[in-house]
Amino acid sequence: MSFDELFAPMKEPMILAAGISIIVGAIAVVAGLTYFKKWGWLYKNWLTTVDHKKIGVMYVFVALIMLFRGGIDALLMRAQTAIPENGLLNSEHYNEIFTTHGLIMILFMAMPFIIGLMNIVVPLQIGARDVAFPRLNALSFWLFAAGAGLLNVSFVIGGSPNAGWTAYFPLAGTEFNPGVGNNYYAWALQISGIGTLMTGINFITTIFKMRAPGMKLMKMPMFTWSALITNVIITFAFPVLTVALALMTLDRQFGTKFFAMQDGGMDMMWANLFWVWGHPEVYIVILPAFGIYSEIIATFARKNLYGYKSMVMSMVIISLLSFMVWAHHFYTMGHGVMVNGVFSTTTMLIAVPTGVKIFNWLLTMRHGKIQFTTPMLYALAFIPIFTIGGVTGVMLAMASADYQYHNTMFLVAHFHYVLIPGVVFGVLAGYHYWWPKIFGFRLNEKLGKSAFWFIILGFNIAFFPLFILGLDGYARRMYTYSADTGYGPLNMVSFLGALMMGVGFILLCYNIYYSFRHSPRETTGDPWDARSLEWATHSPVPEYNFAVVPKINQLDEYWFAKKEGRDITAGEYERIHMPNNSSAPMWMAGVMFLFAFFFVFSVWAGVIVFGLATLGFLAYRSFEKDDGHYIEVAEIVETERRLGGEQ
Amino acid sequence: MKELFPKEHVLGFVGSLLLTLAALTVIMFKGMSNGLAMTILLITAAAQALVQLILFMHIGETDDKKSLYVTIIYAVVVGLITVFGTLLAMVWGY
Repeated sequence: MSFDELFAPMKEPMILAAGISIIVGAIAVVAGLTYFKKWGWLYKNWLTTVDHKKIGVMYVFVALIMLFRGGIDALLMRAQTAIPENGLLNSEHYNEIFTTHGLIMILFMAMPFIIGLMNIVVPLQIGARDVAFPRLNALSFWLFAAGAGLLNVSFVIGGSPNAGWTAYFPLAGTEFNPGVGNNYYAWALQISGIGTLMTGINFITTIFKMRAPGMKLMKMPMFTWSALITNVIITFAFPVLTVALALMTLDRQFGTKFFAMQDGGMDMMWANLFWVWGHPEVYIVILPAFGIYSEIIATFARKNLYGYKSMVMSMVIISLLSFMVWAHHFYTMGHGVMVNGVFSTTTMLIAVPTGVKIFNWLLTMRHGKIQFTTPMLYALAFIPIFTIGGVTGVMLAMASADYQYHNTMFLVAHFHYVLIPGVVFGVLAGYHYWWPKIFGFRLNEKLGKSAFWFIILGFNIAFFPLFILGLDGYARRMYTYSADTGYGPLNMVSFLGALMMGVGFILLCYNIYYSFRHSPRETTGDPWDARSLEWATHSPVPEYNFAVVPKINQLDEYWFAKKEGRDITAGEYERIHMPNNSSAPMWMAGVMFLFAFFFVFSVWAGVIVFGLATLGFLAYRSFEKDDGHYIEVAEIVETERRLGGEQ
Repeated sequence: MKELFPKEHVLGFVGSLLLTLAALTVIMFKGMSNGLAMTILLITAAAQALVQLILFMHIGETDDKKSLYVTIIYAVVVGLITVFGTLLAMVWGY
């Protein structure tokens, strides 16, 4: 590949402008850090940290940035289709944008947001001091960041993937896609996927092995339950993606024929493997959001969660069913009635446990004294909107009817109606809910609520018209259409809705700045008068989480202790063993980033050098002696006194 | 020094390499019958899984047999659904 080809994407003015803005932004960040002498602080407190709370915050931070990248993609798509025969984007650019929009929103926004909240909350909810493997956790984060970086580099150097986020063969093969775009796809997902797999194992171990004394599995808060089940799904689903991506790389870069149309290859085998991972992936992002809603609804309805056991059972059933439905993504491939019938039935079955959960939330609120805080508003909006998404999902589940809906905007509207209330509202609710726990002050309610209304109204205005357009036959991924089709007016409505959502997200971010300046500081550690264990410690949470690990007798122990006037965090201080910080995860992920980058361009010298360097990090870790450090009692006393409000 | 030597890991490493080589014979020797090839692949795959589980993951060293069995059953069920579901969707029902 010549130098000229390498930077070919820059010939497009919009990409050039985006590229320049990235460089200017990077220079501004570097200059700012140097001017305020914050490099040491950043390196010591954040980049090398193994603290689950800080890693969680970094996950959410990157997720918010990716939300804006993916959101700008979305606005560009809606702007392009707002009027017929629009020339804002050409077809190639439009293809790249819908591909990266999907990839970024699912893998580099929803996933890290969910995993970030799990990192922050799960160890606190089970009374642990950190996750089971803190160093591995840092590596997971940095691998995710490397993957996200790789995908974002693609659009200025070499070209973005452009075969859709599903990257179906043969379109994604070298015959129709000779550039490096889809190599980026394979490697960005591969690297961040390995990080996610390690997160899965890390959290399963944490939840099984590190719960506070007395906290039986059936006494865990619902968010922790949802995290456990999610991580089980991650552990079983992500290896399939890893293998599928490896086969994709072999096909694209080494001339094998796994997904070829001839020589014994099966092009649809990619679609099959992709969805064997892809459908459980939907539940990986949605179940933790269900957990968040369960916490928030119980807290703000001032009642215990209705049907705790059925909530757990329905999640276990969903986790099993999530592995049995994948072929409903390609009903139109041409397999027989029997296959479509089987997958149709399993798909519709998922509506049953999901319905159980919906009714449990409604019954939790029944007779409750509901407090309409920002997180509760998201939870309340989620229920009806998600139900529309779910019901249209059952419509799509009918294989024969699906021949009509397949690849139309009806499908696009359906999955946005599932994923935006089901995931985005969920993580935003969780973000508002747990913000004071991490930063020690609440986000402003007025700004939070106005952002909520912009997002919720904008969302419905943007996506409801797509149901109608889809039923009228408007296919997805079309970069333009003629005025005769009559698709123009509803597309314009949809664009205006998208703009409203954009305003909402800007308000959401402005709220961080505003609240940082003006919000009163929390002193209690329990601003919402909530139920679960994370509220029993101080806000912001000290490094060791709990000075004394509480003993648990029942579900919502903290709530009942509050009512009975017991202090569950009282007790004798002992010195606390904590893991040491390490810069190795960051450097190792950096080396793997370069390994993947050279692999994308098939520059083998670079691949070998950085591949060996990666193995070098593994060897270093094998022989490294790191026994962590102790926080002495005197220091605990001092920290507790400071956080307890005494001077 | 003897007890510090990671005997199991080295054994597992060598074992998994040998099993991979054995599986490779299926494509290295042309003209092998399909039945024989599949037999070799299935046996080496099962042996490979056992090597990983026993020598690397120390599956026998836990006291909590119940969670062990639940995990194995879940894994086997998901694995079988994936394999036979794929065969159903891509070969038998196509």
